[in-house]
Amino acid sequence: MNPNAKSSLGRNLAALGVGLLFAAGLALAGMTQPAKVIAFFDFSQGLASWDPSLAFVMAGGMAVYIPVFRWFSRRARPLLDTRFRLPTRRDIDARLIGGAALFGIGWGLAGFCPGPALTSAGALSGSAVVLVLGMLGGMVAFQSLERARSQARRSVRGSSSRAVDEGARS
Amino acid sequence: MDQFTPLASTAGGLLIGLASAAMLVLHGRIAGISGITGGVLKLQSGETAWRAFFVGGLLLGGFLIHLFAPGAFAVTVTRTVPALLVAGFLVGFGTQMGNGCTSGHGICGLSRGSGRSLVAVATFMATAAATVFAVGHFFGGSL
Repeated sequence: MNPNAKSSLGRNLAALGVGLLFAAGLALAGMTQPAKVIAFFDFSQGLASWDPSLAFVMAGGMAVYIPVFRWFSRRARPLLDTRFRLPTRRDIDARLIGGAALFGIGWGLAGFCPGPALTSAGALSGSAVVLVLGMLGGMVAFQSLERARSQARRSVRGSSSRAVDEGARS
Repeated sequence: MDQFTPLASTAGGLLIGLASAAMLVLHGRIAGISGITGGVLKLQSGETAWRAFFVGGLLLGGFLIHLFAPGAFAVTVTRTVPALLVAGFLVGFGTQMGNGCTSGHGICGLSRGSGRSLVAVATFMATAAATVFAVGHFFGGSL
């Protein structure tokens, strides 16, 4: 076995372990109970019956992630890869806001965000399986749209640069 | 449905934070479930396997929890198949367009102090709350 294959086996098994741990956290937190998630967003019955549990999930997650991020992201590299691959963008554009808005509508409609949807689908919940199929469809739809758009842009750029070439030649 | 579970939710949150932190320490990446799942569908060589294993871990985890603690999936809402498909489609499309969901923008992004994530979280929390209000107000809470 070459060293690359060995390290990719390690990476894969580590990812499997992280996924298992994530699923356990989601289930313990109550995120796999869509009615609980919807109750967090439902203020119609007044504050007395509001369920703030989801805020405790976020707080618990950040309480661990903040110190680990501050401590570890200063290192040269992670344990199983040659470098960090973290987001660097800082611009706030219409896509970020539009995408987040659409996601929120979907989340509010059925109470499933992606992690709990996948975990519940693994638990053979019929409604989660259907929702995951819709989710994969939505992902593929956006990616295909993106591919088509970037191809169109490339071909427009290609033809305009050809036009410039021809103009320079004549 | 007004069962407030501060202890279990905090403990579950700590586990989610631990899993996200492990992904940073081991893989050097954001534990963004929508990004990782969307990445599986793109089928880039060398980038697909670990993502598939992560998603497999979520699915397998769900299956094992279902065997030993089925109560974790007991409190459901009733939604018709078309409503579930539309909801799922919006979740999938929106998270790809907005580069993240509750985990990547929520737990990881807010913790990193990312302005983009703060805007995303405020936006999806607001539209989720507005949607829950609309479903309750116009459809009596069921779809």
